[in-house]
Amino acid sequence: MLKVSIYRYNPEIDSEPHMKDYQVDTGGKDLMVLDVLSLIKEQDPTLSYRRSCREGVCGSDGMNINGKNGLACVTAISDVVKGNKPLVVRPLPGLPVIRDLVVDLTLFYQQYEKIKPYLINDTPAPAIERLQSPEERDKLDGLYECILCACCSTACPSFWWNPDKFVGPSGLLQAYRFLIDSRDTATSERLADLNDPFSLFRCRGIMNCVDVCPKGLNPTKAIGHIRKMLLQQGV
Amino acid sequence: MTNIRTVTYDAVIVGGGGAGMRAALQLAQSGQKTALISKVFPTRSHTVSAQGGITCAIASDDPNDDWRWHMYDTVKGSDYIGDQDAIEYMCNVGPEAVYELDHMGMPFSRTEEGRIYQRPFGGQSKNFGEGGQAARTCAAADRTGHALLHTLYQQNLMHNTVFFNEWYAVELVKNQDNAICGVIACSIETGEFVFFKSKATVMATGGSGRIYSSTTNALINTGDGVGMALRAGFPVQDIEMWQFHPTGIAGAGVLVTEGCRGEGGYLVNKDGERFMERYAPNAKDLAGRDVVARSMMMEILDGRGCGPDGDHVYLKLDHLGADVLHKRLPGICELSITFAQADPVKEPVPVVPTCHYMMGGIPTNINGQALSVDADGNDKVIDGLFAVGEVACVSVHGANRLGGNSLLDLVVFGRAAGIYIEKALKDGIEHRDVSASDMESAETRLNRWEVSKSGEDIPTLRKDLQMTMQNHFGVFRKGDLMQEGVAKLADIRERIANGHLTDKSSAYNTARIEALELDNLLEVAEATAIAAEARTESRGAHSRYDYPDRDDENWLVHSIYDPTTKKLGKRDVNFSPKQVDTFQPKIRTY
Repeated sequence: MLKVSIYRYNPEIDSEPHMKDYQVDTGGKDLMVLDVLSLIKEQDPTLSYRRSCREGVCGSDGMNINGKNGLACVTAISDVVKGNKPLVVRPLPGLPVIRDLVVDLTLFYQQYEKIKPYLINDTPAPAIERLQSPEERDKLDGLYECILCACCSTACPSFWWNPDKFVGPSGLLQAYRFLIDSRDTATSERLADLNDPFSLFRCRGIMNCVDVCPKGLNPTKAIGHIRKMLLQQGV
Repeated sequence: MTNIRTVTYDAVIVGGGGAGMRAALQLAQSGQKTALISKVFPTRSHTVSAQGGITCAIASDDPNDDWRWHMYDTVKGSDYIGDQDAIEYMCNVGPEAVYELDHMGMPFSRTEEGRIYQRPFGGQSKNFGEGGQAARTCAAADRTGHALLHTLYQQNLMHNTVFFNEWYAVELVKNQDNAICGVIACSIETGEFVFFKSKATVMATGGSGRIYSSTTNALINTGDGVGMALRAGFPVQDIEMWQFHPTGIAGAGVLVTEGCRGEGGYLVNKDGERFMERYAPNAKDLAGRDVVARSMMMEILDGRGCGPDGDHVYLKLDHLGADVLHKRLPGICELSITFAQADPVKEPVPVVPTCHYMMGGIPTNINGQALSVDADGNDKVIDGLFAVGEVACVSVHGANRLGGNSLLDLVVFGRAAGIYIEKALKDGIEHRDVSASDMESAETRLNRWEVSKSGEDIPTLRKDLQMTMQNHFGVFRKGDLMQEGVAKLADIRERIANGHLTDKSSAYNTARIEALELDNLLEVAEATAIAAEARTESRGAHSRYDYPDRDDENWLVHSIYDPTTKKLGKRDVNFSPKQVDTFQPKIRTY
């Protein structure tokens, strides 16, 4: 039997959130945390959480698992629970909770939208694809794979403090993904949009984002590259 | 219900996957008042899980490649019940639609020439099957669906599409003239129900793989569009045709792409034998998916499966080397380590055929207009209703879809429907009249769950349904076993009608959504079961022990399942492409 403790809050019933304990029969298997939640939902259908692909590519089930943000579907119990300790599941920190493990991601998405997350190229498109060398394309690796799960931004103290003004690691990773794309022509416009005290420069290099990213991406490094581009442009 | 809020749009698209977002983009660019309703934030849609690529004759790998060769492969792959006018359109327009994706910023992998990288996939040939294996699948590493879906979402942001994210469409609203006037949807966050009144309602709700207990499909793939269409009394086509993907990770069901075999991987049995050489001497591991899946099952059933229970085979990849695997198949390495505890660089991946794709769906024409069939067997356009992507059956996949053709289907027909609706709106169509009684069917369905006081719980009912489909309608099928399955489903229908929704709260109540999804799973499962039992032949993915041969005399046709009679009819396949000669049915070997 696995001991599980889950953050519960239903705005229609609860005056405040509380932790609720469950016992789950895992059948001795090293299940994923999402499987454990699914077994609990069979006992208690009132538990709400987001899930879709169950294989770590859609980014629905970011949550705080034994103190660390991650995706429930690709986090095995053995990754986070040692000995007889309980599995403790809470919503992603720093954002309003809608219910149980479901947070309101509006601020997170707004920061994503702020960086103009789409290719801008005003030159007429050719009859075929825009050519791009393998070396140019390689620069997008480690950037385009972001799944918008919000694990990184909601692990970032700077984002907790200024979620309305600091773009956050996820949005900045995407900003760099378009800055470095050889097909994009809006470099100076993009850099100008980030050149204020908050959007980019609230990053303090804490690197929680790197620590939690379930896809192994490195937003801090991307942010460093953007800083360098801004500096070079200033000179 | 009769006094719910109404919001009015020119077009409403239900579903935020590749097809829905491509259609929405077309309409947003043209300035139509468009809303897209999605039950998940759009980038969580199942398109995101597509791995290997989008098949299209862009002539990057082979400068002489020709869309007609792609058409030939697709017609053959469909086992000749794909509509040749639709396949012609898809293969011909495909390159334009793929170049558009690049112009939108999609991060395709590249060749040394800077063009889009293409890899070999199953069922591909050059020169109408005479020129050997082709490499026609355009790829962004093994994350092509992710790259495509995010790019389409980004473009929709750029063009200010109105999104209703985490809204769940419950029921089509049909008026007395049998025309669709819009859809009723529920905000998952608040529980509010709203009538989305629309001149054009586009179903882009994706597949229904969750009718099976083992599937590569996301948990959200519950056949909502098919369920809504069937309850509205409209037919579905070729719904017995379910693709079992050869390489789902054994136990987990998670997909590993056919691109693994495209890059040079191959399947082995417990003796280490590359058994596909016996079943498909020419194409070997890159034969059609139905052929490979059946061959694997034969190996397993004949006692040559791997593992302690002999219930899977191995996909061998280690000979490709770490460099190729990490460059071309990075996502697969990640999935295999997570879900099979096997690093493909060092050891083989345990795989088994797993439910993957619904070839059937709502019949449509090339413009995405949904069709029904009148008493004389003639096609009749359903006013106001469109369908695109996996929920639609246009039909380009027939009895077996080729790998990489799904993403192409999404963008080509999402775009085509968008173009058609844009023109229709400009030519001027009006909102159709709706009366209070037209809303009643939706009301009935919702109230049923809301007033339930006791009964079986939803997870139990869902599991029984999924096990029934798994055990009675799998890779190999048999008449008596299917009849048993049909009877079990009738029983499950009764039990679901008496099922119990315990949680009646409003805010983010996922139990309610799961109850409504269960209604849809049931509709799809029942249609599948009845159609499968009635199609007395083997063709493509539909393979029967009791009717082992293809029967062109009686079954070179689409099946049409009518929910009002629960009977299976037939509809002609289109054999009249516009620019090329008809591809005549031949014996299908690889």
